[in-house]
Amino acid sequence: MSEWWTYSLSDFLLFSRRTYYRLFELYNVDIWPLQSVALALGCVILALFWRPRAGQGRFIAAILALCWIWVAWAFHWRHFVTINWAATYVAYAFGCEALLLIVFGVVRDDLAFAPGSVRHRIGFALVIFAVFVEPLIAPLVGRGLLQAEVFGVAPDPTAVATLGILLAAGRHALWRMGIIPLMSCMLSGAVTWTLGSPDAPVILVAALVVLAVAATKTARKA
Amino acid sequence: MTLRRDPSDIAGRSPTGERRRFVGALVALGAGALLPAAQLFAQGKPFITRPIPSSGEALPVVGLGSWITFNVGNDRVARDSCAEVMRGFFDAGGRMIDSSPMYGSSQDVIGYGLQKLGKPPRAFSADKVWISSGSGGRAQIEKSRERWGVARFDLVAVHNLLSWQQHLPTLFAMKAAGQIRYVGVTTSEGRRHQEIEEIMRRQPLDFVQVSYSAVERDVEARILPLARDRGIAVVINRPFREGTLIRSVKRQPLPPWASEADCANWAEFLLKFIVSHPAILCAIPATTSVAHVRENMGACLGRLPDEAMRRRMSAHIDQL
Repeated sequence: MSEWWTYSLSDFLLFSRRTYYRLFELYNVDIWPLQSVALALGCVILALFWRPRAGQGRFIAAILALCWIWVAWAFHWRHFVTINWAATYVAYAFGCEALLLIVFGVVRDDLAFAPGSVRHRIGFALVIFAVFVEPLIAPLVGRGLLQAEVFGVAPDPTAVATLGILLAAGRHALWRMGIIPLMSCMLSGAVTWTLGSPDAPVILVAALVVLAVAATKTARKA
Repeated sequence: MTLRRDPSDIAGRSPTGERRRFVGALVALGAGALLPAAQLFAQGKPFITRPIPSSGEALPVVGLGSWITFNVGNDRVARDSCAEVMRGFFDAGGRMIDSSPMYGSSQDVIGYGLQKLGKPPRAFSADKVWISSGSGGRAQIEKSRERWGVARFDLVAVHNLLSWQQHLPTLFAMKAAGQIRYVGVTTSEGRRHQEIEEIMRRQPLDFVQVSYSAVERDVEARILPLARDRGIAVVINRPFREGTLIRSVKRQPLPPWASEADCANWAEFLLKFIVSHPAILCAIPATTSVAHVRENMGACLGRLPDEAMRRRMSAHIDQL
């Protein structure tokens, strides 16, 4: 692409803010009542996350992988692609993340937690935020509950919850399985920021918190 | 102010013609064959069209774009809303609708609207080819045609000059075979003007599409004069700069002297500034609002500004 420096993100946005959030509304209606199942899975993750028990990492990774596959297929592949042809590629990326969670999280059991540590607490807070707070953002900013983004079925809360888990599991887990969730948050933040959404900073701040905590940990070790 | 009476200037083809007088009335008279009398003189004002230089076919000076606005996916409510915009456009005498395979679901939504409105016979279908593979051009155009649900496209242009060396021969062959009627190239926001100039000089184009507005006038220097010299119709995209321009000027009252060019609102003001340039065939603003499409089509009515008025308009916008 020549004269690439003359392009901005708005040149690549094919849809309006109204169309984007209306997509969530139609998607939520289409998949109802799966949101309640996803919410229940979020609660299971929180319970496993907070109290250590055998196989907790594998179980959490399996749930997360299931959520990423669902979002890849149901949201990106079937719905988002109707207004954004590039969603096909995002669907592939979400599928890759599910694969990474299965390989490193389920098969190799790389998700080990240290309850009581700072990163465990921050990770736990991020999962709480993704499961219980993010769905409320849409009604809080006036978009209505039908346009809510729910953990396990919508990309942003799924990515934030995954980052919370990986942050608590340590930097190896974060760098192995966290790149795609981080990129997803950055991309979503950039898109919603360009669309002028009032809640656009939320997803960016969540990603930055993860990066900052991970960097602090790395710096201390150095 | 008086109305100009030189028909050669009305068509925008007089190389020496200067826009010193309003031109609206006789532009309409030069238009006429395809338009109902009610549209030619809607509200007692003449309806302004311009001829495509390569054929003489007249088109209204305002068309309808679909970038972002018609990309509503499978949302039935939004699709019906877009169909109403199209109905308002056709009811006001509009003809050219523009889209591209790049615009998400816009082609499907236009097809839905055309079907719902009973396939208006006067619709002028303008689409693009946008694929890096030269051999994939025909297949993409055919897929686009199916999405529109039209027998053939009136105009197919190479979108943003992507692989134009491969696509233009295909398009010229399709034109020769009667599969499309006109061939063009497009760019936007001032990009690749040097390259588009070269193509305009060397290729037998019918159309070129570029960005132009009261605050983005790069094309005045070279592209527009070249288009006049070469007999290439110029279509203007992003006349409101994706809404940012009109939103910013709407905070201010319309200057009283705008009525001298029959501008009743800012949309007409901005569009008449554009389409009064003698090299320009039409502008293609996009909208999701029936009220806005009616405002836009208002720029097809009445008098157009002369050169002195155009300078005054651009100076006023610069001040704002």
